[in-house]
Amino acid sequence: MLLRHTPSEVKEREALVVNPAKTCQPIGAMYAALGIHGCLPHSHGSQGCCAYHRSTLTRHYKEPIMASTSSFTEGASVFGGQANLVEAINNIFTIYNPDVIAVHTTCLSETIGDDVPQIVSKAKDDGKIPDGKYVIHTSTPSYVGSHVTGFANMTKSMVNYFSESSGTEKDQLNIIPGWVEPSDMREIKRMTGMMGIKTVLFPDTSDVLDTPQTGKHHLFPKGGVTIPELRSTGDSRATIALGQFASGPAAEALDAKCKVPCQVLDLPIGLMATDRFVDALRKTAGVSVPDAITDERGRLVDLITDMHQYFYRKRVALFGDPDQLIAMTEFLVSLDMLPVHIVTGTPGQRFEQRIREILKHDVPQVNVRAAGDSFLLHQWIKSEPVDLLIGNTYGKYIARDEDIPFVRFGFPILDRVGHSLFPSVGYVGAMRLIEKFLYAFQDRQDRDALEEKFELVM
Amino acid sequence: MIDKARFPVPAEVKEELIKKYPSKVARKRTKQIVINHPDPESMPEIGANVRTVPGIITQRGCTYAGCKGVVLGPTRDILNITHGPIGCGFYSWLTRRNQTRPPEETDENFMTYCFSTDMQEDDIVFGGEKKLKQAVQEAFDIFHPKAIGIFSTCPVGLIGDDVHAVAREMKEKLGINVFGFSCEGYKGVSQSAGHHIANNQLFKHVIGNDDTPHPEKFKINLLGEYNIGGDAFVLEDLLERCGIKLVATFSGNSSYDAFANSHTADLNAIMCHRSINYVAEMMEEKYGIPWIKVNFIGAESSAKSLRKIAAYFEDAELMERVEQVIAEEMAKVEEVRSEIRSRCEGKTAMLFVGGSRAHHYQDLFREIGMKVVAAGYEFAHRDDYEGRRVLPNIKVDADSRNIEQLTVEPDPERYRPRKTEAERQRLKEQGFEFSDYEGMMSEMERESLVIDDISHYESEKLIEIYKPAVFCAGIKEKYAVQKMGVPCKQLHSYDYGGPYAGFEGAINFYKEIDRLVNSKIWGYIQAPWQKNPEITATYAVK
Repeated sequence: MLLRHTPSEVKEREALVVNPAKTCQPIGAMYAALGIHGCLPHSHGSQGCCAYHRSTLTRHYKEPIMASTSSFTEGASVFGGQANLVEAINNIFTIYNPDVIAVHTTCLSETIGDDVPQIVSKAKDDGKIPDGKYVIHTSTPSYVGSHVTGFANMTKSMVNYFSESSGTEKDQLNIIPGWVEPSDMREIKRMTGMMGIKTVLFPDTSDVLDTPQTGKHHLFPKGGVTIPELRSTGDSRATIALGQFASGPAAEALDAKCKVPCQVLDLPIGLMATDRFVDALRKTAGVSVPDAITDERGRLVDLITDMHQYFYRKRVALFGDPDQLIAMTEFLVSLDMLPVHIVTGTPGQRFEQRIREILKHDVPQVNVRAAGDSFLLHQWIKSEPVDLLIGNTYGKYIARDEDIPFVRFGFPILDRVGHSLFPSVGYVGAMRLIEKFLYAFQDRQDRDALEEKFELVM
Repeated sequence: MIDKARFPVPAEVKEELIKKYPSKVARKRTKQIVINHPDPESMPEIGANVRTVPGIITQRGCTYAGCKGVVLGPTRDILNITHGPIGCGFYSWLTRRNQTRPPEETDENFMTYCFSTDMQEDDIVFGGEKKLKQAVQEAFDIFHPKAIGIFSTCPVGLIGDDVHAVAREMKEKLGINVFGFSCEGYKGVSQSAGHHIANNQLFKHVIGNDDTPHPEKFKINLLGEYNIGGDAFVLEDLLERCGIKLVATFSGNSSYDAFANSHTADLNAIMCHRSINYVAEMMEEKYGIPWIKVNFIGAESSAKSLRKIAAYFEDAELMERVEQVIAEEMAKVEEVRSEIRSRCEGKTAMLFVGGSRAHHYQDLFREIGMKVVAAGYEFAHRDDYEGRRVLPNIKVDADSRNIEQLTVEPDPERYRPRKTEAERQRLKEQGFEFSDYEGMMSEMERESLVIDDISHYESEKLIEIYKPAVFCAGIKEKYAVQKMGVPCKQLHSYDYGGPYAGFEGAINFYKEIDRLVNSKIWGYIQAPWQKNPEITATYAVK
């Protein structure tokens, strides 16, 4: 038993987190910053944060994750990080020459109270920032929120630093896709492309974190939202933000700053959330939905009807990030599955409310916890077993111990590939998720079947 | 510019590596990039264990990573609580491939768990000691461990939480061993400081707690072996077959009880010199256990190290058994080695990793005829490069001074010199080296490049200039290197392969390098139409 010490009896803990279902803000800020073209994320703190974030993102995306650090030692921690950041800015522009440096703080620089905008303006005064280059920043103390908060904060900073309103509306929509994979961002662009809608997607990590092997390493790959595009977001007709937790703050900031009306939708994961997304695109852009998209939807519905027997009333436990879980829970319900235990590490009462609302008819007694951990989830599973576990790679220990079929979904996925290459969003993504659920159930059925019950056709 | 037609001239390469840097950075980096001369008399001095330049994309991590992740990470039965915001605990949760093999289903194993106080804003403002105490209590109530370690992260040091006082208080209250580590990420300049801090606390709080003697005749500890990819499992088996009792491994597949009892061994054999020489030194002073440097990476090195251990015990029977095991193993190794050598001979490699790995793996490459043209460490000190003879000349700077230096004296009851002065002298005369490490540079070729704390920019330049057949580094470097069309072998995680230690490990590694340098995929990077665009054009016109 890998988690041999986990008892089924739940004792409330006030201080100890065991097996967290979240991590800290800066890694989210780093990922978001990579979705700006020509951007080098910069971690303002000691080296370890940057190393850890780069390692985790690298393991998840299997791509180079380039980011620099202020390399604090004890001196900087006592006297402040100004000298380190100014020197870093000078070195970064000289050696790597990015278009933008996106600085995020760490618990170290936050605790000593470094004023990043002031330090950046000093760097500017000292001539360390070349003309036409930018240094943006966001505040990401690790002791507030989670990695999702960090992603949201950096995305909001894109608005704060770049969005401008010229007074002339552009025939384009902003889409803030939330913390999804490069494959998902690519899929969102494919769908809006099919609908003939011009969009600015930010951040956009497609062609940044799924780059082709060419024999050359590009420190700044071809993808990412450009600065002119980010500027133009203030002139867009409207904003569609996907996922309240990761995208809500940026959408609201853009509305406040440039009066761009926004709608905050769920991540388009699963049938109904994708329906709402497509419908919102149609209404907001004033276009009609092409048959090709309706056909994709039809294929998804067809697949569900064909294989429904494998899903009906299957009990599911899931952990991950709030936006993903909200959409996934609704998707599972639409398949007639029963999400019974749900944990996110990210704090926020709104999460629990949304989950209860989605499940009020199907699973009124759901175990749901925001700011929970996967130790708690495991304890719930021990008391009330499930047929499927959905979560990030760390779930594999629970799945093995309890012998539960397991589908990897969320962040980080350290031991499998595909998440960054094939989408989970949209109708196509929903079909891929269904394929995964099905295989998990069917492989288990094959594995456990008696010889006389072993079926060729399933 | 470098003339690509001839083999690169190291001095020109060095110039190329630093010419883009601002002058202050160039001045600093020039000391950390040296052209090797293996003889001690003319060996150049290398800048090492100095601060990384802010803004440089570096391989390095932090003190917490070295302490919690590296040294204490692989110990299964100490419940390790990270005191801080959630990130540090999360990132060090199982990511170093901490394999362990508890003897029974019911034995303690906390390595699959991550424990954190998950400090929130209020804890930063009002102090986190109360929460830490409560966390220790909760951990005790649920898990009943025999020992709890507490690890400080950056903000803990800043707000002044006294983890040691909390540890003392909880030790008293719970009646189990509780100890803290002041391993805030910003201490020191790399992971290295964390190793030192970890060793100090293990030495103060665990080693020597259990005097139970072992009946076996030849008892050793293996130090600086972390069981990546199951290396320690291989070595445990190898030593057992030789008739050598392994009292404790620091710290691969390790346990609290083995640490507590490790002072009963008669020899400390050190693998990773950088991470652990402190423990060896202190155990020698306090308990009288001599230490020697060994290397179990590579078949020849493994044979040499086994012979060295046998020679220390000066026992004919042991020497004979060791020779038997070596002969059995070498036969298996040779079968694979000669075939793989025929495919790898003459190819080049570069290694930029960790503490001792950049050194040890050079033996493996030599065994299959490959040449290491450049190597360097991520967090080494000068003695790891130039040998321990330079220890008296290493300047202690502010970043090293803030790490506790223990004063160690012989233990009034337990000190027992394992060898008399005369015995030591006799062994020395036979060429036996106690307490010595000659460092990486003495074994590297003349004119090869030795680079400390290499930056991303420098590695890309090196790859561009030398086009090595394989580049060894860590996960952060891996995909950037591979995007350049060069296979990258991770030597921190072994790319989830291994084991690579001992004879069995050598065979695995030969095969792995063969796979990497002879893989077809590197020949498919360009599409056919990119290689011959004009032919397509002609066809289209027709």
